[in-house]
Amino acid sequence: MPTVSPSDQRHRQLGLTDGEYALIVQQLGRHPRDTELAMLSLMWSEHCAYKHSRTTLRRLPTEGPAVLMGPGENAGVVDVGDGLGVAFKVESHNHPSAVEPFQGAATGVGGILRDIFAVGARPIAVLDSLRFGEPTSERSRYLLEQAVAGIAHYGNSVGVPTVGGEIYFEAAYEQNCLVNAMCLGLAPIGRLIRSAAAGPGNVLVLLGALTGRDGIGGASVLASAELGEGDAAKRPSVQIGDPFAEKKLLECSLELLESELLISLQDLGAAGLTSAASEMASGGGVGLDIDCDRVPLRELGLAPFEIMVSESQERMLCVVAPDRVAEVVAACERWETRATPIGEVTDSGRMRVRHAAELVADLPVSILVDDCPVYDLAPTEPVGVSLYPAPPATLAPDASAAETLLALLGSANLASRRLVYEQYDPIVQSRTVRRPDEADAAVLALPTGEALAVAIDGNGRRVACDPRAGAAEAVYECAANLTCVGATPLGLTNCLNFGNPEKPHVAWQLTEAVEGIAQACRALGVPVVGGNVSLYNEAPTDAIYPTPVIGMVGRLPDPARAGRLRFARAGDAIALVGPFAPTRAGSEVAKLSGHELAGPLPIMQTAAVRDAQDTVRTMVNAGALHNAHDIAEGGIGVALAECCVAGGIGARVALPAGLDPFAEALGQGFLVSGPDVALTGLAIIGRVGGDALELEGVLTVAVAELAAARDGGLARFL
Amino acid sequence: MKFGVIRFPGSCDEVDAQLACQRVGEAEILWHADRDLRGVDAVVVPGGFSYGDYLRAGAIARFAPVMVEVAEFARAGGLVLGICNGFQVLCEAGLLPGALLDNANLRFVFRQVSLVVVSSDSPFTRACEPDRPLSIPVKHMTGCYYAPPELLRGLQERDQVLLRYAPGHNPNGSLRDIAGVCNAARNVFGLMPHPEHAVDPLTGSIDGLAIFQSIRAAVADRLAV
Repeated sequence: MPTVSPSDQRHRQLGLTDGEYALIVQQLGRHPRDTELAMLSLMWSEHCAYKHSRTTLRRLPTEGPAVLMGPGENAGVVDVGDGLGVAFKVESHNHPSAVEPFQGAATGVGGILRDIFAVGARPIAVLDSLRFGEPTSERSRYLLEQAVAGIAHYGNSVGVPTVGGEIYFEAAYEQNCLVNAMCLGLAPIGRLIRSAAAGPGNVLVLLGALTGRDGIGGASVLASAELGEGDAAKRPSVQIGDPFAEKKLLECSLELLESELLISLQDLGAAGLTSAASEMASGGGVGLDIDCDRVPLRELGLAPFEIMVSESQERMLCVVAPDRVAEVVAACERWETRATPIGEVTDSGRMRVRHAAELVADLPVSILVDDCPVYDLAPTEPVGVSLYPAPPATLAPDASAAETLLALLGSANLASRRLVYEQYDPIVQSRTVRRPDEADAAVLALPTGEALAVAIDGNGRRVACDPRAGAAEAVYECAANLTCVGATPLGLTNCLNFGNPEKPHVAWQLTEAVEGIAQACRALGVPVVGGNVSLYNEAPTDAIYPTPVIGMVGRLPDPARAGRLRFARAGDAIALVGPFAPTRAGSEVAKLSGHELAGPLPIMQTAAVRDAQDTVRTMVNAGALHNAHDIAEGGIGVALAECCVAGGIGARVALPAGLDPFAEALGQGFLVSGPDVALTGLAIIGRVGGDALELEGVLTVAVAELAAARDGGLARFL
Repeated sequence: MKFGVIRFPGSCDEVDAQLACQRVGEAEILWHADRDLRGVDAVVVPGGFSYGDYLRAGAIARFAPVMVEVAEFARAGGLVLGICNGFQVLCEAGLLPGALLDNANLRFVFRQVSLVVVSSDSPFTRACEPDRPLSIPVKHMTGCYYAPPELLRGLQERDQVLLRYAPGHNPNGSLRDIAGVCNAARNVFGLMPHPEHAVDPLTGSIDGLAIFQSIRAAVADRLAV
């Protein structure tokens, strides 16, 4: 039995531990060849193998009556009736975006789009969840500006609307920004396709762009190690996006599927050809022979390992019957898209790669996909230590309630996102019923006459205060957003952005947060249909807040009745619905006041919250309400101000005794307004009207002043 | 009547345009590589990013085989509507005067804007009510209309500026708030706003419908002659 030679430490440079390398040698009965080592190092990276998160993720409920495809496929798919399925997934592109924000964010969008059309669905919407350091920092402003421009460049050019998203600014993201992109796609259920390769003798065809040196080792070098000094030198590892190539690849792939020319389809993402081919072979229980000499290259002289792990964008891999290859090539030519047979399906169960007539890799598919060790986390709750520094106080201790409200509305986290969303096209494809700022969730009309609703949420600071409750709140907050437009949740996708899981406190945050999500999913009956894990979001000087991001999709019967957040009519009664018992723990006002991060967050009264959701959803769908808005960051004071600003009309409200206008409990309280008769039985707290927001005995501020504060919050920095 | 909507590689709003046209008539997609307009009564050059906007927005699409036929169709008096990227393509093709530059703030902009109908004396605006502004969205990176001073004067004298952004609504720095211009023969019209995204009360305003209704009425008049 060969052993690890102490002089040969290339596996360490590629991110494998000595133990992992010894396991590879043991499984193979020999040392791996160069190409094999490169392939294995990527397939055994955290990004591809989920080796630190797989065990924890098993706690998430993944089954539900509407689920058509669950975790493990390129995207999850839920049934939306009349023979249609909706595919969706959220994925991170954090490290590339921290190194090169424009291309990092652009290719993040490109990658998630391919995940969606890889299952046969036409992408119909994109949402983004972004985290940066405080906008007072020059680096954060640069990252924000460039990441937003990158998303706009890619999403707008491929003709998929960007319908929603969220941005938070916290010092903890100063070095490690987060860029999570979510995509939804629509497909007739009969046209959904899986990635599993099948049928020995069938041909493996590579579609799309040329293969170059971009993104070599992106997965191992960038995605699975902490950021450090000299990251600028990693720029060549960041992929370059070409949305025009993607647009043609998208149209071409969907046309091939419609013509029933493909047996299976898979996108090329992290670890390029290696990962795509391994997953296809593993899924189908077959082997694949790949001929590197046939892969079309952007430049001469790529080594076989480079060809196998290149992360050049805008490529797909498909399996085609030999007698249909000519048709596939012809259809692709029409779309000016390359289609090249590069190998074939075998019954060997092995991944064999040839280059210049030499066998450069010959590995069992199982060692690539299944044999990476899974590590148990060693979670330890940090006791008596503060993991994150208290934020600097920016609000005077003696600030009045009116001053506090204006400070909150103008704060980076709560200010208007207009300057950002105006850079995105939210209406292409003619489905968008509720645009950004019109409602708590985006609403997309379906050809069935019904509609989809989608929202994305995740407040890292609250998770840092109380991981289990904070992560659960993100699920409830998403569900509340869907509720306000009248939608019933069908499923969710999550992106778990955390620090280094080998550190006990990070392991604790991760396991607690997953448990919180799992409990919330079970309480609300919403399955997790897919997602992504992004670990090692740390720099030498700081670690991010634990940031699970939840993307939820729901369905509503009548798009014309989809709820809006603005107060609409003078004289309407305003009601507070839900078991709303907020505190200042983890709140925006606590941040502005410079308080330490500390839990616990309010206890979720699950049954009462579910009842409140049902009440609001039923009223929205009955067309009884003029507005519905959930109470989120900034408390009921900010929620009321948002309704007033959106409607350009004031309100006069008497808050229930003892209710702190700025305390928070996310996803648990709703503001609705309408004629008195529609609100019978609800707790009426005030009336719409006038040109100021008045909280009796607390504050009175003109709507124009509220609007100016909210509009100016980000404009100061951009 | 039948509209033909061109599809270039990189077109994004061609299906939206087809759906809008279908509210007033028939509409089919025309493929950029075919030198064949399939007997349509009016041509729409749609929005999007033809050829990725590489080189310059519209600069490559103008060389597509179908554009030879579009130019011939326009010379013969056929009605041609260019929306957003289509406006850019028609300017590049020399079928419309002027040029479109990057937005003044160098950012992509999406916004619902208010438009003033400067002239309803055209096959594209004849159904618009005078003095009633249109609420239609814009979404573009390269929408700043430019023409040299003498050309601008000429456009004004010949009543070729059909739409302007209402005061305070110019989203891109266009000279004299110009949102849409037609050629001297008044049968080719380009505009940056997207009337095809303003035809359904469910998804926004319905003020864009007037443009498609105008074309339908103009074609009906011609067919009747």
